[in-house]
Parts: sequence; C-alpha cells; structure tokens
Amino acid sequence: MTYSVKVLDHYENPRNVGSFGKEEEGVATGMVGAPACGDVMKLQIKVGKGGVIEDAKFKTYGCGSAIASSSLVTEWVKGRTIDQALDIKNTQIAEELALPPVKIHCSILAEDAIKAAVADYKKKHSDHAAG
Amino acid sequence: MFAPIYFDHNATTPADPAVIDAMLPYLSTQFGNASSRHEYGRAARRAIDEARNRVATALGAHATEVVFTSGGSEANNLLIKGATACLKPGLLAVSAIEHPCVIKPAEQLARRGWTLARVAVDAAGRIDVDDYAAAMAHKPRLVSLMLANNETGVIQDIEALAGRARAAGAWFHTDAVQAVGKLPVDFRRLNAAGVHALTLSGHKIGGPKGAAALIVDKRVELEPLIAGGGHERGLRSGTENVAAIVGLGVACQLAAERQAALAVDLGQLRGKLERGLLGLGATLFGQAADRLSNTVYFAFAGIDGETLVGQLDRAGYAVASGAACSSANPEPSHVLRAMGVAPDLARSAVRVSLGRGNTGGQIEGFLGTLQLTVGRLQQLTAMAV
Amino acid sequence: MLKLPIYLDYSATTPVDPRVAEKMIPYLVEKFGNPASRSHSFGWEAEAAIEEAREEVARLVNADPKEIVWTSGATESNNLALKGAAQFYAGKGRHLITMKTEHKAVLDTCRELERQGFTVTYLDVMENGLLDIDVFKAALRPDTILVSAMFVNNEIGVIQPIAEIGEICRSKGVLLHVDAAQATGKVVIDLEALKVDLMSFSAHKTYGPKGIGALYVRRKPRVRLTAQMHGGGHERGFRSGTLPTHQIVGMGEAFRLARLEMGAENERIRMLRDRLLKGVSDIDEVYVNGDLERRVPHNLNASFAYVEGESLLMAIKDLAVSSGSACTSASLEPSYVLRALGREDELAHSSIRFTLGRFTTAEEIDYAIRLLHDKIGRLRELSPLWEMVQEGVDLSTVQWAAH
Repeated sequence: MTYSVKVLDHYENPRNVGSFGKEEEGVATGMVGAPACGDVMKLQIKVGKGGVIEDAKFKTYGCGSAIASSSLVTEWVKGRTIDQALDIKNTQIAEELALPPVKIHCSILAEDAIKAAVADYKKKHSDHAAG
Repeated sequence: MFAPIYFDHNATTPADPAVIDAMLPYLSTQFGNASSRHEYGRAARRAIDEARNRVATALGAHATEVVFTSGGSEANNLLIKGATACLKPGLLAVSAIEHPCVIKPAEQLARRGWTLARVAVDAAGRIDVDDYAAAMAHKPRLVSLMLANNETGVIQDIEALAGRARAAGAWFHTDAVQAVGKLPVDFRRLNAAGVHALTLSGHKIGGPKGAAALIVDKRVELEPLIAGGGHERGLRSGTENVAAIVGLGVACQLAAERQAALAVDLGQLRGKLERGLLGLGATLFGQAADRLSNTVYFAFAGIDGETLVGQLDRAGYAVASGAACSSANPEPSHVLRAMGVAPDLARSAVRVSLGRGNTGGQIEGFLGTLQLTVGRLQQLTAMAV
Repeated sequence: MLKLPIYLDYSATTPVDPRVAEKMIPYLVEKFGNPASRSHSFGWEAEAAIEEAREEVARLVNADPKEIVWTSGATESNNLALKGAAQFYAGKGRHLITMKTEHKAVLDTCRELERQGFTVTYLDVMENGLLDIDVFKAALRPDTILVSAMFVNNEIGVIQPIAEIGEICRSKGVLLHVDAAQATGKVVIDLEALKVDLMSFSAHKTYGPKGIGALYVRRKPRVRLTAQMHGGGHERGFRSGTLPTHQIVGMGEAFRLARLEMGAENERIRMLRDRLLKGVSDIDEVYVNGDLERRVPHNLNASFAYVEGESLLMAIKDLAVSSGSACTSASLEPSYVLRALGREDELAHSSIRFTLGRFTTAEEIDYAIRLLHDKIGRLRELSPLWEMVQEGVDLSTVQWAAH
C-alpha cells in the first residue's frame, strides 16, 4: 500500500487527537464503524453559540487512511455551523487525501462520523428543549 | 581442458552476461517475496512489473497480456488445458509436428470428450493447406500451431493460418518458443491477424531456465493449472520467481534488439554449413521451406544419428539428434515422420542449431571433423555389410 | 550499523544463502546445458548436477532420491499432490480431509477438486492451532482417499502431529499429503519413520532460490499420481518441462546446508525469538497466537489489542513483517488462520507475524522491541477502543453501528 503525502502527514502528525470531558457544555459525540470491520472512529464536536463548531477532537482505530480522514475532518468542521458541517462529503475528503479506491470507505466513515456527531448534538439539544 | 563448441541453441542457450547481471541482485540483497507489503516485497513487485513491461514491449504486447510461468511447457499446458476448460468440448486442432507439451495435453483432452485433429504437414514440414482447410471446415474451438519448429526450424505462415482459424471461430495459439529472438515476433500484429495467445521461453533466448510467458488476449478465458494464492491475475499461483522473471525481461529486450542482425549473421553461417553438408552428401530436411536462419537438420543415410552425435561430442561439438526434450525417447522424430521421411533416414537425423558466439571458423572445423567422422562410420557400416 | 527495514519475514521468503548463490551461478554461465540433452557433455553435466541435488533434498528428509520430483515450487507441488492423487484414486472414493488453516495452495486446490466432484471436509483446529486428533478421526469416512495436513503453519508456526495423523491414515488405507514448505530446516523430517505418502517442499523458504520446489512421492508402498503438466515426460512422467538446473542446484545446496546446520541454527534462533517474546510481553494486552510449545523456533505471532493491523504495520515500517500470510495480505480480510483459532476479528486484524532466520541478530531484535513499545503506545493513544477499555467498558456489550 502506498500512501499519499497528505495521508502520511496526518498519520504521522494527527491533528486534534483526544477527547472532551463528557459533561462539557456543547459536546456531542459520533462513534461509527465496528472493530470487526477494522475501523472505529470517534469524532467529538464542541458546539458554541449559534451552532458553530468551536472545537473538535477524534480518536480512530483503523488504517492510516482512516486516521488521516478523521484527522482532516476535525480541521474542516471547526468554524462551521453544524449544518455547514453536514455539507462535507466523503468525495471531498477522498480527493483531498488522494485516497485509492480501496480506501474510499475511510472517507465515507469520516462523513458518517460528522453526521453521527451532529445527530448526537441535535438529539441532546432537542432533549433539553423538550425537558 | 578444451571447451566443446556449442551447436545446440534450440535446446537451450547460455544466459547472456547482461541477463545474469540483472538477476544477481535478486539472488542476494533483493530477495523479497513480491506479495509482501514491506519494502523488500515492493522492490520485488517493481522488478516483476518492469520485467513484464520489457517482455510486453519486446513482443509488441500489453503488459496485462503477459502471464509468467515456470517454463514453455507450463505456458503451453496452461493455454491448452486452461482455454478448453472454459469451452464446451468440441474439436481441437494441433499440427502433427508440435512439441510434446502441446501434443500431450491435446491427447489428454481427447480422452475427456474433445476431438483431436492432427493437422498434417507437407514433405518440407509446412502445414498442409488442404488438411488444414478440412480441419477448419469442422469449426474447431481451439487451434495450436507452432510458429517455428524446434527440429527443422521450419516457419509457418502463422498470420494466414490464424486468419483461417478466426474465420472458423476458433481461439488460436502459437508456440513461439523457437521463433522469438530468431524472427521478428509482434503480438499486436499477430493478434490483428487472429492469434490470441503466444508462448515464449527465457532459456531459448539467452535468459534463465525457470521463467517463460504466455501472452494472451484478454478475451480468452482461462482456467488456471496451478491454484493457490491468486498470483498472475489468478492465472498462475505460486511465489513469483523474481530473479528468473527479471532475467526473462532483459533477455526478451536483448533478443528484440539483436534479432535482425543476428538472423543475418547466423544465416551466413548456416549457408556455409549447408553448402558443406551438401558437399559431403548429406540430406537436408525442410530445405524447401522458410526456416529459422540458425537451424540445420540433416542426415547421412546409413549412419545412425545417435552414433554420429556421440562421436561429434567426443570431438568437441555439441549437437542434437532430435529435440532435447524427447531425446530420452529412442523413437525416431515425430516431426520427420509427419514429413513422410522414411524411418531409417529419420534415425540418421542430426540437428545443428547455431547461436550468438558461433563463428565461421567453428563451422569449418565442424565440417572437417564431420567429414572424417562420417567417412570412418561409413567404412564401418560398409564392413558390417 | 543496523540496516533498515529489519527483515523479520523469513516465512514469506528467505534470502538466498551466499553459499547457495555461489553454487548456482556456474549453471547459468558455462554449465548451461539442457539436462534433457542426451547427446553431449553440456547436457550430461547438467543432469549430473540435478541428480546430486536430488540426493541432497532426499537426504534432508531421509527419503530415496527416486522419490523426489522437481516442481516449480510448493504451490505446484501441492496442486500436483492433491489433484494428482485425487484424480488417480477417484475410483476408490471421492472424499478428502484437510484443515481450515492450510495454505491457500491447498485450500484453493481443494475448492477446485470440489468443482470436479470431490467432497472436502475442512477441519477446525483447536484454539492453539493444532489439529484435534479425535476430531480428525471422526471425520474419516469409508470413501476418504486423501488427507492433506501442513507440517508447520506459515502464519503461527505451530507443528501439527504429523506422525499421529500418518499412523491413523495408514491404518485406514488413506493417503496422507503433507505441505512441508515451512518445515524444512526447522523440524526434523524422517520419511522412513513418518507414514507420509506425499510431501511438498519449497526452496525459497529454506535459503534457496524462488521458482523451485519438489514433491516427495512414496515408492514403498507405491503412490501413483495423475500428471498435471504434460510434455516431454520429464521427471518420470510426473512433471514435464525443462528442468531449471541452476535453481535445482540451489535447492540441493540449500537443503544440504539445512541438514548440516539446522541443529545449532535453530537453537540460536530460538534464543532470539524468546528474547523478542519477552520484550513484547511487557506491553499490555498482547496475545500470542498459536501454541508456544509445539511451534518452530522462528515464529512469533502476536496480536496487539486495540490497535488496527494496517496502521500498526505502517507505524513499524522499520520492521519488514507481515500481518496475515504474505500471499493474502493484499486483501483487507483478517487472517483466516487466526479466525480459525477462534480469535475475534479485531485481534486477528491487529496480529503481526515475526519470523526470524539465519541472518537475524540480537541487535535487530532489541531494536524491534523498542520500536514496538513506542509505536503501540502511540497508536493506543489514538484508539477509541483502548480509551473505552481503560474506562472499564466491555467492548463486547457495545452495539456497533454497521457500515
């Protein structure tokens, strides 16, 4: 397997690795994938006023491309609103990282992680609203 | 210790120094298994890819059409058994003068529901046009005809023959093991004429033993002979013989570069040899046909070929009494039998096959030795009678 | 000075021993004759070299040289043994038995035989990778004609109870084929004692060249095969095709060296392997795959839980190792061998095979240990699974989103 320069860079120097405290205000978590499939991504977003994502962190169990895809999306979601974050498509991730066809699923997983995190945020938010 | 003079290049050739140089790293520091994903493996994979490109370029094929095998016999077995396994049993046509590694698989298939047509040749060793037309009329599913014969050197008009097979709807394979390096062989051109697959072998062209290739049009569906691991696009499993494949690549490239000049040089030597042989009263086989410029197949009536070859070996000349592969077989050559040569004369057959490094001086020396040897044997024969 | 990457993949292939290469080269240059040429000294010289090599191969495994058939490698040997015997003895029965942990060359050939109308039982192995003899006995049927069992597993290095399997096969009149590609030079093989009928060998796993192997075909009691490659009738009709003299000479020399040196060499390699084992055992949640006792000294296969295999390989790219077998590692599937041991997929995914050999040094092993400690620590920092486990989550209770 040959990796692109960008994949290698994200793999060697992953951005925004870590976790937020569970009880921190505005934090939502998306966990996608399964160990049996070889990839699990945990993407956390910290949403501030006006639904803007102020910070993001990730942890990924997976191949270099999966790690790079999730590292990349933590950079991309920051500063966007949660709805703008949903505009990030796997094809953009794959293109940015020059993923080979067999690794496209990593970019799909990263897109799914964003959706899951946003859904978690919306769920928590609506729970609050209802409660 | 004097080195014998080698006149048996159709049996095998010494590896070219450039071939050995290219191979050596893969017998020492570059030892990876091409299936491994680490750097050792990737280096081996790159070497195989490069060799595949060299073979493809030299033969006018696309790299994806090249399947590496352990030898010409395997490549011929793969094509004949592999292609027929994907077809409904029907008619299979091969010539009567094919190498055993085409004839034997064909005979196997004949025991498994296929009908085998053995296309006849004329007295000069060329495919008999009428017999071939008759076989084509029965719509064979697969035809295999060698481009040039290993014993006589006779060259078939493969493009015309393939065209007729295509008109009959058959896959067409040619065993070009003896032709590559001695004739211009261009797979694209042959393919356009109706040839779907071609066999070549490394050790006949200054490459190593243990590597050969089947060049095959991707439309031909093949069942692999050797399963397990899915190497060579699933057509040939087994850890690739990297060093030999690298050697094959270089050998093909050199063969293509040298072919035209070598054919001229060897043609001149052969002319000299044939004139001498005729002067000594030899019979030449296939003389009326187009032949490889390196091959002379001759006989001295009444002198056993095996005996003559043995005497020549003692005198320092390595020649053959028949195809190397069937030399263990005391039967006279099936090629000569197919050409209608009387068994007695066939038993006298001797083959000289020239190659790079042979010289006019060697031919002169050989003719001198031959004259003495034949004279002595003729006297012995005369006394025995 | 350490040369990187460090080669720890001797089960994928070995370097050609320089002594072997030196013996091979003259057969590419001046001794280039076709061994089938019967009419001149070039041919005789090549033939003599081939027969000498045949004797060396036979000697390593205590067989008669007449029982050794040259092939292009163990894959071809396995194909010839299985298809050749199954087709020849099809009249007696059409049932075969093998194991789920066999090499692809055996498994794929069995699949092909199934398409030809044979039935194949693929036996599970125990958690330690070894065949359960009772399970094997229960699988034998009146129409069983052939059993194929590997001597040493290529991924986990476990040594199967070939002697016991052989006794059972012989008593039932069933042929036994053994894939010994990974066994030569590592375990003592005595074909006079073992009741094995067919055995596959490879040169390039034992410091010989690629492209050459052999099949042992027992003469007493005589085993017959349907040839798979037809032509000039080489190798007494078992396998046609010009013999590659230099490669055969290389295999003969490699097997001769193995016979002379394996005793001392295996002890040295065992010490290094145990040093590696001790070094990685200090890391949390490391699992050794396969039995540690009934195992060749060259192999360590371990799973590093909660890190993914491919990223692990990438992290330790200074080590040339493999995850899964070399032949299948182009795919992303977890190793079928580890799955057959009952390892869950994530542990199968995170397995690394370290295989040591003749040229491995203590310095290399120490480097490998340091690198593993460092990189596994880093990857676990990145791993959400590791984090969950540290928090006390039982991963088996987690409902994973399918994708």
